[in-house]
Amino acid sequence: MIAGHRKTSGGPRSRGGPRAVLAYLIRRLFAAAVMLVVIIMVVFGIFFLVPKWAGVDVATSFVGKQADPAAVEAVRVKLGLGDPIYVQVWEFFKGIFAGRTYAAGGDVTNCAAPCFGYSFRSEQAVWPVLTDRFPVTLGLALGAAVLWLLFGVSAGVLSALKRGTLWDRGAMVIALAGVSLPIYFTGLLSLAIFSYGLGWIDGEYVPLEESFTGWLSGMILPWITLAFLYAAMYARITRATMMEILGEDYIRTARAKGLKEQVVIRKHAMRSTMTPILTMLGMDLGALIGGAILTETTFSLPGLGQAVLNGIKNQDLPIILGVTLITSVAVLIANLVVDVMYAVIDPRVRLA
Amino acid sequence: MTAPLHEPTAEAAPSAAEEAAVISAGAKAVQGRSLGRIAWERLKRDKLALSGGIVVLFLIVVAVLAPFIADLVGQDPYAHNEELIDPLFGTPKGAFGGISSDHLLGVEPVNGRDIFARILYGARISLLVGFLSAIVAVILGTVLGILAGFFGGWVDSVISRIMDGLLAFPQLLFIIALVSVMPNQMLGLTGTGVRLFVMILVIGFFGWPYIGRVVRGQTLSLREREYVEAARSLGAGRLYILFKELLPNLVAPIIVYTTMMIPTNILTEAALSFLGVGVKPPTASWGQMLSNAIDYYKSDPTYMVIPGVAIFITVLAFNLFGDGVRDALDPKGSR
Repeated sequence: MIAGHRKTSGGPRSRGGPRAVLAYLIRRLFAAAVMLVVIIMVVFGIFFLVPKWAGVDVATSFVGKQADPAAVEAVRVKLGLGDPIYVQVWEFFKGIFAGRTYAAGGDVTNCAAPCFGYSFRSEQAVWPVLTDRFPVTLGLALGAAVLWLLFGVSAGVLSALKRGTLWDRGAMVIALAGVSLPIYFTGLLSLAIFSYGLGWIDGEYVPLEESFTGWLSGMILPWITLAFLYAAMYARITRATMMEILGEDYIRTARAKGLKEQVVIRKHAMRSTMTPILTMLGMDLGALIGGAILTETTFSLPGLGQAVLNGIKNQDLPIILGVTLITSVAVLIANLVVDVMYAVIDPRVRLA
Repeated sequence: MTAPLHEPTAEAAPSAAEEAAVISAGAKAVQGRSLGRIAWERLKRDKLALSGGIVVLFLIVVAVLAPFIADLVGQDPYAHNEELIDPLFGTPKGAFGGISSDHLLGVEPVNGRDIFARILYGARISLLVGFLSAIVAVILGTVLGILAGFFGGWVDSVISRIMDGLLAFPQLLFIIALVSVMPNQMLGLTGTGVRLFVMILVIGFFGWPYIGRVVRGQTLSLREREYVEAARSLGAGRLYILFKELLPNLVAPIIVYTTMMIPTNILTEAALSFLGVGVKPPTASWGQMLSNAIDYYKSDPTYMVIPGVAIFITVLAFNLFGDGVRDALDPKGSR
């Protein structure tokens, strides 16, 4: 596909050579960097300004409700909560690269190099928690994504091509039901049926390092449940997009010049259909990598989403803040990857 | 779907009177029909959308009348019935989660609260949050979308960047974070009141870019139309053009996106309550019932199925209706 592209991009009617791609990528990279700064500011705003505006003491919520005043005061000094907000953001940002030392008098807490904050509640740095839990969530998201792309997109394409047939109606009814079912309900149902009722699958999460087959059998239900929801969404959108594109003039042109129907579908229709699908995939994968909160809660998977939820239950703000930031970065990276793939798939993008 | 044109003429040779009737009917059909009328006629033909709409109406009535219906069956969503609970396992006595003529859908494990009454009251929370947060999103999205599309320039750039940014955010995570940092007391509200208020605001806030993007795009194309130019050349002010010329033409897409947004909001509310950051017990909500049911999916599966099915039916009905409304208001569709 890439080789085919080089040919067209070198052509006389195209302005999009490798240099144009590079310029396009630099532009996207710059936009992503700006977005990251905005997100950091928003996250800080949520966790430091909103509580202040609502009359909640941030230091207290960092320590806990039953905390004694001395501990609260120590955290206030350690985190520099008395400083202006931009100083706090800067300190946090610096900590990511240089590490951070929280000091209040003789009481010193160290947080090593990629310091994404320190949980005074559970007395541990946030970064190890993130790295511990990240593989679980990544495995869940990627495995499910493979399944839903495979089934969702092909069901949508088939439905669009066989519009109005029994297959189309059947697939769309299932898809509509799929988008109307909350994932925690389908998850619980599948646990009750396949794990408890039929006893086919154990359903317990086993880390990949311990046993590959155990990991597979623990992940299969979460994968299928998550993929079912997204496959339903993707099937509906693929069908709608594909049908719109099949009505475009250039498809008629392709058919009129005598191309085989297969070639028209594969080379012309599919390519344009994939563009919005890719956008969705970027956003969805990014959001899922940052914590498939509902799926992880339903299946008790120890991923990032569960970490956030525990953080919320224990009012452990640093953990929530860390995961929120990581998620946002994941979304940004996913969007960036999508932008790059756009440039590969759709030649029109590079010219824009 | 099938053209009804042939049916009357399939009879014997038409008399003069019948022919006149046919002609007058034809003449009537040529008369202009308003967009609303066309849409309604299309919607009436769409059986699935209609049944979805009927279920939605039914649910609204149920939600509004919840206390009366609960009274009618003689149940209270907050009353404990410990005598119906098996003290050993904490699950209801009897088959299917203790379903009986008194307790139509059984009782909850541990405390024995009536599930039917709690489902009724849960409908109120779901629909209230679903509708009101959609209204928040529509107001914000319409105003900001029109402003961006109509004024263009830096106004458009700023609003568009904000919309792009919000859409790229991991929404559920931010909604959870925001809902959980909000205090338990504000603006004179406490408990469930403040929870609902915060949820409606936050869900609505993350929903407006979806509507804003569509409204902006529509406004961009509408403001170049001849009729807007005509109004401008006649000396109409900006406000007049905005409200009298543009807004009426934006109603259709706004309605479509609103109907499609409500089920999503209902799911979000259920998810928040499921995760324990939404409505707190003892207030009944479907998501929270499901989250309690996690611990009992082996011993009392009925408890999990009932709120799950309630969410499913509600969201499905809204989705069916929304799809129908979208097709009915689609200017490209057949008349």
